[in-house]
Amino acid sequence: MKKKMTAAAKRQLLKSILLHAGLIIFAAACVYPLLRIFSVSLRPGDKLVSLDLSIIPAGATFISYTKLLRDTMFLRWLGNSLLITLATSFIGVSLASTAAYAFSRFRFPGKKVGMILLLSSQMIPAGMLILPLFLMIMKLKLMNTYLGMIIAYSVSSLPFSIWILKGYYDTIPRSLEEAALVDGTSQVGAFWRIILPLSTPALSIAFLFNFTTAWNEYLVARVVLFSAKQYTWTLGLFELQGQYITQWGMFAAGSMLVTIPVLCVFLYSSKWLISGLTLGSVKG
Amino acid sequence: MATVQFKKIVKKFGDNLVLNGVDVDIKDHEFVVIVGPSGCGKTTLLRMLAGLEEISDGEIFIDNLLVNELHPSKREIAMVFQDYALYPHMTVEENMNFALRLRKMPKPEIAARVTEAANILQLNKFLKRMPKQLSGGQRQRVAIGRAIVRKPKVFLFDEPLSNLDAKLREEMRVEIAKLYQRLNATIIYVTHDQVEAMTLAGRIVIMNHGIVQQVGSPIEVYRKPCNLFVAGFIGSPTMNFLAGKLSVAGGVTVFSHESLTLPIPAFVLPQKEAAEGREVVLGIRPDDVLVEHPGGEKCSEKVNGVLEVCELLGHRENLYLKVGAQRLLATVEAFFNRSPGSAVSLCFNYQNMHVFDKASERRISE
Repeated sequence: MKKKMTAAAKRQLLKSILLHAGLIIFAAACVYPLLRIFSVSLRPGDKLVSLDLSIIPAGATFISYTKLLRDTMFLRWLGNSLLITLATSFIGVSLASTAAYAFSRFRFPGKKVGMILLLSSQMIPAGMLILPLFLMIMKLKLMNTYLGMIIAYSVSSLPFSIWILKGYYDTIPRSLEEAALVDGTSQVGAFWRIILPLSTPALSIAFLFNFTTAWNEYLVARVVLFSAKQYTWTLGLFELQGQYITQWGMFAAGSMLVTIPVLCVFLYSSKWLISGLTLGSVKG
Repeated sequence: MATVQFKKIVKKFGDNLVLNGVDVDIKDHEFVVIVGPSGCGKTTLLRMLAGLEEISDGEIFIDNLLVNELHPSKREIAMVFQDYALYPHMTVEENMNFALRLRKMPKPEIAARVTEAANILQLNKFLKRMPKQLSGGQRQRVAIGRAIVRKPKVFLFDEPLSNLDAKLREEMRVEIAKLYQRLNATIIYVTHDQVEAMTLAGRIVIMNHGIVQQVGSPIEVYRKPCNLFVAGFIGSPTMNFLAGKLSVAGGVTVFSHESLTLPIPAFVLPQKEAAEGREVVLGIRPDDVLVEHPGGEKCSEKVNGVLEVCELLGHRENLYLKVGAQRLLATVEAFFNRSPGSAVSLCFNYQNMHVFDKASERRISE
C-alpha cells in the first residue's frame, strides 16, 4: 500500500513539474517582448539590437522617457487616447447594456435577424469598413475630431458588447424583475435597480473589450485624424519613425508608458469579475 | 383587504388557449387555493391578477376596481414566487424593505414594519445576511416577509412550497396557516399539491385545461366532486373507478361490471338518473372499501377478492385488491396481518359512493 502511494505521489509530482514547466515557458514567452522593450527604453542612444541579454543594460538611463515627455506631444496624444477611449467605452457599454436588455427580454419583430446581423457584422474584416467609415465621418463633417473617432469606435465594438451582455442577462431569472415590478418599480427601474447591479461581471468584460479595442486602434485613427494635435498615441508614436532614423529608445519608452492605463483598468475591473452574483436569488 | 373577481378570463398564447372563460369571485379575507395539474393555467391566472401577464379577454377586479390595464405596482398586491425571487445583491433587510423604500416611506415606519414581519417569521437573526447565506426554508420566509411588510390588499402565493423538502413543506404549511389567522388577509394561493389545498383553503378552485372544474370548500369538493376529474384529483390515495352499465328491474337499480354486480340504493342514485343501459362510472374512495367488515345497512353486499400487495404507512395500511379482473385500493387500519394472495371479503360504503355519467363525466349521484 505504501509503495503504491509513493508511486502515485511520484506520478503526481512529475505531472505537477511538467505542468509548471509548461506554464513557465508560456509565461516567459508572454513577458519576454515586454522585458525587451523595457530594456530598449533604458539603453542609451537608440540601440534596438544588442547582443547583451541583460534586462537592465549597461549605462541604463531614463533619458528616453524624459525626452519623450519633454520634446514631443506624447502626453497630449496619451490624453487624446484616454479621452476617446473612455468616452467610447462608456457610450459603448451604456448603449450595449440597454440594447442587450431589449434583445434578452422583449419579443419584437426582427429580433432573431437583428442578433444574427450583429454577429455577422463582426465577421467583416476591419479593413473593409475603413472606406464606409471614412465616407460617413466625412459626410457628418467630423473628420479630425474626437467625436468622429468616438462614434467610429463605439459602433464598431457595439455588436460584440451586445452579444456578451445579452448572454448574461439571459441567465438572470425573470422572476427577479417581476418581483421588482410587483414591489413598485417600472420596467426601467427594474433594469436599473436589479439587472444592472447583477450584471457587473458582464459589464466589466464589455467595458474592457471596448477599452482595449479603442486604446490600441490604429487604422481608423490614421484615416480620420490628420493633425498631430488630435493624434492618439498609436499615431503619435509613428511620428518618432523618420525616413532615415527611428528613435527606438523613445519608441520603446512610449510603448512602456501606454501599457500603464490598460494595466490599471484591468486591475480595477478584475474586482468586478466575480462569479455567482445571482446565487441565492432563486432555487438553484 | 379586498375582494377579487375574475370575469370570463381568456388567455391565449398564439393559437394555444390556456384559460377559457374563468369566472371566480373571491370574498374579502378569504383564503382561496387554486389547484390543478401542471399546465392547467392556474399560475397564468395568478400572474394575470398580478399584472405580469396580459389578459386576452375578460376582466379582473380588485375591490371592484378594474385592473386590466393597471401596472403591477399600482394593484396593491404582493406576490410570493415559487423560486423565492430574492434580490441576491441585497441583504434580507433590504429585500424586505425594498418596496417601502421605493414608496419613500419614513425610515422609522420602514424599520417598524420590517421588525414586525421579522418577528412573525423569526427572521430577526438573519436581517443582515445575504440570501445566499440562507437555507431554502429561510429564503422562502424572507420572500413571505417581503410581502407582509407591504400590507397589501391581496397576497398572491405561487406554489411557494414546491421547492422545499417534505418536512420543511409541512412546517411552512403550518406557518402559512398561522400567518393567515394572524393577518386575516385575502390570500390567493396556487398549488398543484392537493394536500396543501385541502389543509390551507377556505375555498378551493379546481382547474383543468384552463377551465374551472369546481369551486367549493375542501370538504365539499372531497365529498361531492362534481365530475370525474375532481373526484380523481382530490383525495389521497386516489379514488377507485369502476366503469359499467345500469339496469333497472322492479324499481331496483343495479350496476353491472364485468367483475361484480351491485345494487345501487335510491339514496345514492335518484330514480330519474337511473336509465336502463346508461353507462356510468362508480367512484369509491379507498377509505370506503371496507375489508373483512361485518357490513350493515349502509353497506353493499359482500364481494370476494384477493389481496395482492400490502403497504404499511404507519397508522394506516393500503391494500391492493383484485376482484375478478378489477383492481381496487382499500385503506384500512394498520396491521391488517394477512399475507398477499389470501382471499378477503369486502363491501362498499354506500354513504360515500359516487356515480358519474361516463359520457359527460358529470356527477349524477346525490
